[in-house]
This record gives sequence, structure tokens and C-alpha cells, in this order.
Amino acid sequence: MPAEVEDQLKTLMVRGQAGDPAAWNELLTRLSKQLRGYFARRMETGSADVEDLVQETLLAIHRRRMTYDPGLPFSAWAYAVARYKLIDHWRRSRVRKHVPIDDVVDWLTDSSSAEEGAIRADLEKILADLPDRQRHLVRDVKITGLSLAEAGARAGMSEGAAKVALHRAMKTLSEGRSGS
Amino acid sequence: MRTEDLIHSLSQDLGPLPSTGRRLFLPAVAGALSALALVAGWLGFRPDIQVAWTVPMFWAKGAYTALVALAAYASLRILARPVGGALKGFAMAAGIFALVIATGAIQFVMTVPSERLLLLAGGSWQVCSQNIVILGAPILALTLLTLRTLAPTKPARTGAAAGLFAGGLAATVYGLHCPEHALTFVAVWYSLGMAILTAAGALLGPWTLRWR
Repeated sequence: MPAEVEDQLKTLMVRGQAGDPAAWNELLTRLSKQLRGYFARRMETGSADVEDLVQETLLAIHRRRMTYDPGLPFSAWAYAVARYKLIDHWRRSRVRKHVPIDDVVDWLTDSSSAEEGAIRADLEKILADLPDRQRHLVRDVKITGLSLAEAGARAGMSEGAAKVALHRAMKTLSEGRSGS
Repeated sequence: MRTEDLIHSLSQDLGPLPSTGRRLFLPAVAGALSALALVAGWLGFRPDIQVAWTVPMFWAKGAYTALVALAAYASLRILARPVGGALKGFAMAAGIFALVIATGAIQFVMTVPSERLLLLAGGSWQVCSQNIVILGAPILALTLLTLRTLAPTKPARTGAAAGLFAGGLAATVYGLHCPEHALTFVAVWYSLGMAILTAAGALLGPWTLRWR
């Protein structure tokens, strides 16, 4: 995030903490746009949960606004709240230890070009050798771009366990490639 | 509800809130008072309290547990916010603990074998840790309740810090009742009481520190 945007948000936050309704309204409105993107990138497309999560995060930011220390970066604080809400959501719903095959097909056939489709098919072939859990982790972390903690929560394991499992998976993949 | 409506209504609801530091101050004061009330009304102050405070060991004991409480409190102030890990406070508490255990062990080894058991067991080893846990339980409860209104994102670690804080504070107040002056005794039984509360906090954290 550009430094001046960060500064603007921080100023709004401090004014909001002091009880300025206009600043608070502007801050939450700007944050809601950023959060929508943040959650949308981490959920299935078109999920109704995205807006719920945006609202839950805004509410948490509102109720816990005094836990922001103006001496620290603002975005780090706001995204830490968002991240906590996201992990909490996954933990609660225990979503997708097993991805339904329809979703995978959708995702695979969603490619915009034939070339991309071919790459994805290769990728799937390589990933198919892995056990389910490891495959999901590789996909979540290396392709979708989730953090280890997020992907771990999704698969129902701790961040540490996810790290180990991902490491094993990547090792298996590199050994498989050098062997063939 | 539409998000714009939510934002609008939240902007109309900006009453003043106490700062994080001030919120955490409340369970510290209320907790100390509750432990003090338990000592006054239930355990009783040590009978020799009027002369005990002239003995250095009285203060050394208090310094040990009070420093643990302070280190845990410093961690809590960081863990109550969503950013930051607060390992410094734990490291400080561990350092103090190691120092006291080491001194207690030296005292134990330097004592003639026939008196070692007395050094370790004192006159109250059966109840010491247990009493500290009882004095600390209300402090732990108050601290966890307060933390729920703040924003901890590491519930187990935050719960452990709350337990360590409750243990340190309870043990400090317990010193007003407990007449034991052997370092070995303090290193074992006081530490055990604080450790039990820390473990309880770590177990309770994930249950109780979910944001409402």
C-alpha cells in the first residue's frame, strides 16, 4: 500500500478513536472496499460469505478500535483483524477438507486460454501423485496464495503442521520430477 | 443489513472507550483486592507480620512473584492487540524463574542432608500451591473476561500470559499469609502454583478468548 494512503487511513483511525463520526464513516467505507477484495481473493468466487466477513470485520474493528496503538502501522492492525476473522470463519465452518469435484472441474475449465488450460492440466497431473491433504495445501498456498496459517485452518491443522506437510509435499514433487 | 447501513450506524455509535492499558488495569486492581480479601477473611495474615517485613527473605519472595506478575502483565498489554508476539515478557519470566530455581537448588545442596527435607517441605507444602491457585482463580477469570473485550489473536498464548499474571499476583499476596522463608520451598511450591495457573490459562484461552 502506498505510504500516503497508509497515512490517510491512520489519520482517519486516530480521529475515529477520538469520536469523529465523519472520519469513522470514511475510514470504514474505504476499508470495506479493501476488505471485500481481500476476502474475495481467499474464498470461492461469488461466495455470499464475503460480504458477511466484511461486515464482521468492520464490526470487530469498530468494537475493538481502542486496541489500535497509533504508534504502530495501521494496515498491519486492520489486516490482522481481518485475518483473524477469516481463520475463525474457516475454523467454524470447517469448509472443504474435500473439495467437491464439480468445483474443481469449474475451476479447471475456467481458464481463459487453451494454453493456460494445458498448464493447469499438467499441474493437476503432477499434483495428483500427492495425498489429498498435501495436494490441497500446495494448491492453497502455492497457487491461490493463502498464508500457511490460513491454509492450515482450512485443512483443519495448525500452522506448524501445515508447514511440515507443505514441505514434504514440495520435496515429493521435486524428487518426482528429477526421477522422471 | 447492507454494508453502507452498517457503516452509517457504527459511525453514530462512537462513545468514548477506555484505552487498552486502562482496561487491563481493572482486573489487576480488582484481582489484587480479591486475593487480599481471601487472605484477610479466609487464610489470615501471618501472625508475625509486624516483624516479618524486616527480614530480607520476606521481600525476596515478594520480589520473585511480583516480577513474574509484571513480566506477564507486560506480555498481556501486547497480546491484547492483534499485532505482535510478546515473547519478551515470557522470556523475562522464564529468566526470573530459572534464577530462583537455581538459587533454591544451591541452597538445597549446601544444607546438611538431615535438614533438607524440612527446607523443601516447610510446614505447609501440602497447601501452598493449592492456596495460590485458589487465590489466583478469580484474578484469572477477571483477566480473561477483560481480554474478551480487547483483541487477542493468539488465544492459547494470551491465556497463558493471563494465568502467569494471575499466579504471580496471587503468590505475591499469598506471601502475606505464608510464613515460609526457605528459597527451596518458594522455588518449588510457589512456582508450581504459578505454573498450574499458567497451564489453566493456556487451556482456557482458546475457549474463552473468542471474540464476541
